[in-house]
Amino acid sequence: MAIDRRKVLETVYASIETINEERENKESQLELKEETRLVGRQSKLDSLKFVGLIIDIEQRLADELGIEISLTDEKAMSQARSPFRNVQSLVDYICSLEV
Amino acid sequence: METGEEVMIITGTRKGIGKYLAEYYIGKGYTVFGCSRGEPTIKSDSYEHFCLDVADEPAVAKMVRSIYKKRKRIDVLINNAGAASMNHVLLTPLSSVEAMFRTNVYGTFLFSREVAKCMANNKYGRIVNLVTIAIPLKLEGESVYVASKSAVERFTQVLAKELASFNITCNSVGPTPVSTDLIRSVPEEKIQKILDSLMIKRLGTFEDISNVIDFFIAKSSAYITGQTIYLGGG
Repeated sequence: MAIDRRKVLETVYASIETINEERENKESQLELKEETRLVGRQSKLDSLKFVGLIIDIEQRLADELGIEISLTDEKAMSQARSPFRNVQSLVDYICSLEV
Repeated sequence: METGEEVMIITGTRKGIGKYLAEYYIGKGYTVFGCSRGEPTIKSDSYEHFCLDVADEPAVAKMVRSIYKKRKRIDVLINNAGAASMNHVLLTPLSSVEAMFRTNVYGTFLFSREVAKCMANNKYGRIVNLVTIAIPLKLEGESVYVASKSAVERFTQVLAKELASFNITCNSVGPTPVSTDLIRSVPEEKIQKILDSLMIKRLGTFEDISNVIDFFIAKSSAYITGQTIYLGGG
């Protein structure tokens, strides 16, 4: 089944918005754009928030798009360049998965 | 099935301790979801069974997701499913090692990971893992069983650290021998030797185990995590 990239991107943005809602300070909010960093020094997420984001995205993909995947499988963890580095790479990674 | 209030998952509910725990917590008002490789033996409007191998990753993920999708909450996970095999280490085939680690370690890991994702979403959860008195007793003839359950115990402690910020507690209970299938093949003198090494020299009961689990999963036990309670003063 081909995954609709636009819908996946919207799902990831929805999860990011949930995190932003918890942050009153504009400076600490994540921008809704594909270049937004999710891990590393330039990311505004600490490790726990990042885990929470991935869990939320998994749940939304399952509930809203019927895509049941685990974003923490060997494929993701063994890639030389982490698919979690920014929104674009994460969305591309999700779309590359066989569901 | 009827929708009770709190939702609990118990693994290995076809017989023994798991079956008792499922019936006990149904009696306490929980909606219980259980699993085993074999057909269910519990009939209740508050119980639903899944036939699966606890080390089957896609099957476990599917079970947990379907429960969470339907109920929007999983309050308690009890990793009870266990496999034991008594043998001298020099006579233990690798296949026994693999079988025990699959059920005891992989199964506990998979259910903990998948259920914790749901619990983290709800910022609440209680995970209880079954280990064994054989760990502190360092029982000879049970090296692999002890090794696998020791892995579960240490896993539980690190899990407790990693999940604390999500308001999820993780603890272990280590039962003494209880009259179940798991010890049916153990010679009587061996059981007696184990009982002699306990502070309280008798077989455990199902109630002894649920008593500790009641404590771990109580709302008021929010400050209890990463702990192991061994029964019988082992």
